[in-house]
Parts: sequence; structure tokens; C-alpha cells
Amino acid sequence: MKNKKLLIALVAILAVAVLVLSSCQKTEEKAKEAAAAVEEKAEEVKEEVKEEAAEAAEKVEEKVEEVKEEAAAAVDTAKEEVAEAAEKAEEKVEEVKEEVKEEAAEVAEKVEEAVDTAKEEAAAAVETAKEEVAEAAEKVEEKVEDVKEEAAEAVAAATVMSHDEYVKADLDTPVCIEAYVQANQSWWEGKIKLYLQDENGAYFAYDLPCTEEDAAKLAVPGTKVRINGMKAEWSGEVEIIDATYEILEGSFIAEPADVTDLFGKDELINHMNEKIAVKDAKVAASKVDGKDEEFAFLYNWDGSGTPGSDLYFNVEIGGQTYTFTVESYLCGQDTDVYKAVEGLKVGDTIDMEGFLYWYNGANPHITSVTVK
Amino acid sequence: MKKKLSFILLLILILPLLASCHGKQKSIGFAVPDHFDDQAPVEIVFWAKNDTNRNQVAVYQKAIEGFQTLYPNVTVNIRLYTDYGRIYNDVITNISTNTTPNVCITYPDHIATYLTGADTVAPLDDLMADPRFGLGGSEVRFDAPKTEEIVPEFLQECRIGEHTYAMPYMRSTEALYVNEDYVKKLGYELPEIMTWDFIWEVSEKAMEQDADGVFKVNGQKVMIPFIYKSTDNMMISMLKQLDAPYSTDDGEILIFNDTTKEVLQEIYSHGKSRAFSTFGISSYPGNFLNAGQCIFAIDSTAGATWMGSDAPMLDIHEEQVVPFHTKVMPIPQFDPEHPKMISQGPSVCVFNKQNDQEVLASWLFVQYLLTNEIQMGYAETEGYLPVTLKAQNSAEYQDYLSRKGEDNKEHYAVKIEASELLMKYTADTFVTPVFNGSASLRSAAGQLIENTVKGARRKQEMNDAFIDKLFSEVSSLYRLDQIGKAAKGSGEEAGVKEAKELPTESVALLIIVPCVWLLIGAYKLWNKKKTNIHH
Repeated sequence: MKNKKLLIALVAILAVAVLVLSSCQKTEEKAKEAAAAVEEKAEEVKEEVKEEAAEAAEKVEEKVEEVKEEAAAAVDTAKEEVAEAAEKAEEKVEEVKEEVKEEAAEVAEKVEEAVDTAKEEAAAAVETAKEEVAEAAEKVEEKVEDVKEEAAEAVAAATVMSHDEYVKADLDTPVCIEAYVQANQSWWEGKIKLYLQDENGAYFAYDLPCTEEDAAKLAVPGTKVRINGMKAEWSGEVEIIDATYEILEGSFIAEPADVTDLFGKDELINHMNEKIAVKDAKVAASKVDGKDEEFAFLYNWDGSGTPGSDLYFNVEIGGQTYTFTVESYLCGQDTDVYKAVEGLKVGDTIDMEGFLYWYNGANPHITSVTVK
Repeated sequence: MKKKLSFILLLILILPLLASCHGKQKSIGFAVPDHFDDQAPVEIVFWAKNDTNRNQVAVYQKAIEGFQTLYPNVTVNIRLYTDYGRIYNDVITNISTNTTPNVCITYPDHIATYLTGADTVAPLDDLMADPRFGLGGSEVRFDAPKTEEIVPEFLQECRIGEHTYAMPYMRSTEALYVNEDYVKKLGYELPEIMTWDFIWEVSEKAMEQDADGVFKVNGQKVMIPFIYKSTDNMMISMLKQLDAPYSTDDGEILIFNDTTKEVLQEIYSHGKSRAFSTFGISSYPGNFLNAGQCIFAIDSTAGATWMGSDAPMLDIHEEQVVPFHTKVMPIPQFDPEHPKMISQGPSVCVFNKQNDQEVLASWLFVQYLLTNEIQMGYAETEGYLPVTLKAQNSAEYQDYLSRKGEDNKEHYAVKIEASELLMKYTADTFVTPVFNGSASLRSAAGQLIENTVKGARRKQEMNDAFIDKLFSEVSSLYRLDQIGKAAKGSGEEAGVKEAKELPTESVALLIIVPCVWLLIGAYKLWNKKKTNIHH
């Protein structure tokens, strides 16, 4: 039994050895094959390397050629740039030359201008001097004129004007008149307003400064006065303002001028401030804003006043309506004319006397009314 | 002989004492009575001012009727004026006879003069604060405004010294009414706020005439480009805008200074060219404006109903009116960023009387004038502004303003724009110091301009001599030198600061008393010596 096992083992070992030998033989063959393949491969690689090396060498050569070409181009470009720069430099030099020439020309021109300016200034200075002399002469002439005017004004102030001269005198110039008081508006704050007239025409002295004592004298109708003042116009009313006065000997009461037919005509203004009469005027209705009621007269122009205020009433003359006034400072509440107007009725026919005051047109201040 | 000498010496001692008592009484003010007697008849006299405007008269009458209905035992008798100056003069006249009215429309300047008589005008402080009869008090029978409902700036204007002596009644300022068409025709556009330079430049430009003397801008022979109604206000406003001296609060006169001189020189040049004139020299600015003969017219906002070609009030013939667009602007300024314009308009004061029921009734009537109905009623007659915030903010008043231009009467656009102008610029308004004589100083300020323009028109030369003469004449005319002196000695009477110097009587007394004692001593010595000689 034991030998059987041993035999089997030996057989097995032999078998394994055979197998191993067989295997080694195969391996050796494979190794030989592999070595051959390696060699083949090596040959291939060698060929490839050779080819690549050849290609690389070719590329290097090409690159060298390129670089050479670029270098040559760069050299050309540089040459061109240098040439251009040289050209520009030449141009610049030319430009600078031109500029220098121009500047030199300008400077020369300026010098010439300066010379001209100097000449002109000198001429202007001469001219100015001449003008100044002329102006000075003119001023002297003006001064002489002023002095003459002042002298004339002084003469005017000292010389009594006729009514015609007074009418012709400019506004804002001194005037001197002698006339007779016809009426006055009450003395107030040391001043009085006088309606004055002489045989040739009328005047109005506005706010003549005077004492209360003198006011009483001036208030006497007919009193002769000399008035020195300035001619002025206020809302169309020509008057003497900033005046002084001297009471003189003499007396004159003017007769009222009938101006009925002059209403609505330009000639009416020639009678400004005169004592006037208006005949056969018809009392027309006055109205108050917002009321239908008709009034023969109003206290104040719009009816806002009370007894004692100025009276306003309308009259028809020649088909036209005009507004007349009872000026309360001329004829107060207690006067006959004031009461008479308060008693008027629309449609009454009346004769009136008064003074032809002016306020943006004729605005007679009435001193008497007679109902026909 | 001895007795006679003693008597003379005694007389010397007593006379100054008597003199110092004369003419001055100690102020006792006014004590509010503890009740209002509504049974005993009370009659009060009310002196009122209207702008020759019957609508204003109607509001006064309505106020009286309304008040008398609430207080049947009180009768209010009204006396109408159209001129503050006349009221002032009449009050002064009546103070001496103790016949002043009970209630009076006035200006604080005038009250300062009334106060020279002790207790002439009732101080209103206690009346205002009284819980029963004060402003909006529990026993007031109508809806009166409370103190805080009165525009503070306007109430402040009624304070003189330490007391309130009046209630504001209406307020206005000045407005510049412009013919905008002519300004454009001259090649200019109106700025939002006009400067003095602009108005002078355009005014001079408007003076160009053709060979026939016709003005190019209006095609007429008359053109006064710029007319100022109140030259008092013109000078005051210009000085205020330039922050230049005018007067101190206690009445020292400072108006005659270099700035005034420069202002006058400028005005002179435009007076000379006739580009500028005044109401005093030419007439109402509105008349020229409406006739197309003026471009810039400065007048009160309370005269707005007369301004513009569609104005409801007209003082020239209709055919003379030239149509144009009216622009309402603040007055010209030196510094448009900080505009300044005057606050003006009537206030109302109560005169002190022996019968305290009369004074109380008067005070109640004054309060009635501050009710919404009266405030709005009167304000809407012109370009006035109600003095109470209660009225200004009321729905009715706001509705009135919103209807601007609906018609040319009640809602005349220029009138409402004038009211809006003051409402917008209330915080920019000012008043001048009030003292005894401040009214004269106001007049003098205007006279400086009037005389300068007259001088220019009369070809007088403008130079230092002209100015010196002008200052001297105006100072003398309005006695400003005396006011300046009085300001230092009578501040207490004027309701302003106390006097810094002793009254003349006191000075005399201080000199005389020691002299008398010296004389007595000398006499004693002489007598003794004489006795010794005899012995």
C-alpha cells in the first residue's frame, strides 16, 4: 500500500516535472519571440526617430529661413522709418522756419500797429483835449445860460407877469403875478388855497403858507395880492405852488363869464380857474353803484359821504352830462349853495356860478345855485 | 420887612413845585369793571375813516347795527372821515376839551401823540386778557377772535412801550402795479421780484421819444414811467431795505445820513429825466397807469380797485383808458432774496372816559369790528387783508380768494392779488418806531423826496449844498430838531422808554433850592452882624 502511494507520488512528481519543463520550453520560445518583437520595435522606433529628427531639422531650417526673412523685413521697416523720420524732421525744420518767419512778421506787424496806435492815441488825446476844451466851453456856455435863466427867473420873480405871460410860462418855472382874491378854500395846517383873478384871466394858488391872521385878510374877496411861486400842473389843473405872497392895495371883484356854450369845446380850458356862470342847466340823475335809486346829488362822488362832505351832482348842458361839485372847503355845509344843492331835484333847471376848477377835465366848484 | 423877605423866599421855593405839577398827571390806566350794565343807556362816538368808498361805509353801518342788536342799550354814533390827517387833528383839538370820541380809527404814530395827555387812550392789555369781556371772553355776546387768532405781527404793531393801545383793524402794504405789455414792448421780462436797478433802467428806456416828442412806448405825448404815491413810504422802505438809519425806538432822528443822500441823488437823476414822479407833483399813479401813461405805479394794496384797465373804480374818462395786462408785484427791492415792505392800514383805539361802562362798551364794539363778518366784509371792499387768522383761514374767505377774476367787481383779480401779496409777505413787513413826533418824521421822509424831484424838474443842481439845504429846511419844517430833543426828555409820556435826562423843572428846582438856603444863610449872617453893630 505504501509503495503504491509512493509510486503515485513519483508519477505525480514526474508529471509535474514534465509539465514544468514543457512550460519552460514554451516560455523560452515566447521570450525569443518577444525579443524578436522588441528588436523589430526598436528598429521601428529608430526609423521614427530618424524621421522625426529629419522633420525637426527641416523645421529648424524653415524657422531659420523665416527668422532671416523677418529680420530682413525689420531692417527694411527700420530703414523706412528712419527715412520717414528724417523726412518729418526736415518738414519740421521747414515749419519752424515758417513759424519763425510768421512770428517775426507778426512782431513786425505789432510794432507797426503799436506805432499806429501810438499815433492814434496821440491823435485821440489831441481830440479829447479838444473835446474837453469844447465841453468846458459848452459848460461855461451852459453855466452862462443857467445864470441867464436864473437871472431871467429872478427877473421873472421880481417882475409881475401879465396873464398872457403867465399862460406862456413853462411849467416848473418861477412866476410872479398880481391878482385879486375871488374866493378861498379854508385855512388848514397853516396853508390856504386861493382862487385869483385879474381883468385878463384867472389863477389858482395852491397851499399858500400863511398865518391864520393873514388868512383872514386873504379870505376877503377883492383883496389884491402879489404871488411869487412856481408854475405847476396837477391832474390838469394849472396852479402856483411853493409860493409867497404880499397883500397890496386895491380891490377887484370879477364878473362871472358865461361859459354855458363852451362846455364840450376845447376853448373851455382857456377859462380855467375863472369865475364862471352856467345858465339853464338841467339837473340829471346820479346813481350809486349797486342801487337802482336815482339821486339829484351825492355826498362824495360815490355817495359814501355824509352831510358836510363834498356834494356831486350831474347837469345836462347841450345834451351832454357834466359833473359839478360843491367843494366843502370852499362852501361848507352852512352855506346857501350847499343847502340849495341838497334841495335839488332831478329835472330842475338851474343857473350856477362858481370857479372853473380842473381835475382830469372841467370840474367846476360851484358857489351859487338858483333853481328856475 | 423880614416877613416880606421870608414870603418871597417861600414863594421861590414853592413856585417850581407848582410848575412841575402842571400839565402832567399820573397815569392810572383803566380798571376793567366787574360787570357790564346792559340796562343803562350808553352812547359811544366812533370816528371812522373810509377810502371814499361807500361799500366801506356800508360795512361800518352793518357793524353798528349788528352790535346794537346784541347790546340794545348801546348806541354807536359814527362820524366819517376820508383822511387820517383830519381825524388826527380833530382828536388833538378835542383832547384839550376832553371831548375825544370813544373809539377812533387811527395809526399807532398818532396814538403816540395822543398819549402825551395822561390816560387819554385806554391801555387794552387788561381788557384783552379779561376772562369775561376780553378777546373771545365768556360774556362776549358774539364770536370774537381770541388773542392768538389775531395775526401776531399786526397785533405787535399796536404796542407802544409796554402796553397795547390799539387793535389792528385792517392791514395793507404797498404794491407795484405794472403795465406788463409796455415792459415787454421795451424788450424786458418781469423778474419775480423787481429790483430798483431794473425799475430805473426800464423807466429811463421808456423815455425815448420820436422827433415830434411822442413817446415810442405808448404813442402818446405824456409818459411818466414810474410814479410813487406815498413818498413817505418810499424813503422809509428804501432806507429799511438798505439797513440804513432812520430813527431810534425812543425818537432820536437819524434820517439825515449818507445813505439818504445817495438815495436822493439816484432819485434826483430820474426826476430830472422825468422818468420818475410822485403823487404830490403829478397826481394819482392809477390815473396815469390806466391811461397808458405810466408803466410802474406804486400805491397801497388798499387802492387796488383803482388800478388796471378793468378796474371797477375809475377816475378818468372811459375813453382815456388803454387796455393792458396788470401785474401785481412787491415793491422794488435792493436785496430780492430778503424783501422788505411796509405794513400799514388802520388800527382802532379806545379813549379813556370817566364812565367805565362807556369804555367797556367801546371795547366790546372794537371786538365786534374783529369778527369774521366785519373783517371779511371790509377787507373785500379793497385789497385789504383781514387782521385775524380766524377770518383769513375761514372757508368763506378762502372761497373768496379762489374766485379771483370771476368778475371785475367783487372778485376783481388785481384786488384779490393785492390781498394775496400781503398774505404771502406778512413776515417780510415792517413798521417804523412809534414815538411822539414819529408822524412828523414820516412826513419829513416824504418831503425829502418831493423837494428833490421838484428841484430836479426846476433844474437846480444836485450837490452837497443842495443836500445840506434840503436837510436843513425839512428838519426845520417838521421841527425834527425839537422832536429829537423831546425824545430824550419825554419818553415816559410818549409811552416809550424812560427819559434819560431830568425834566427842566426838576433841574431848575435842584438849582434854586440850594441857592435859597444860601440866601437865607447870608441874610441871617447879615442880620446878626447888623444887630451886633447896633449893640
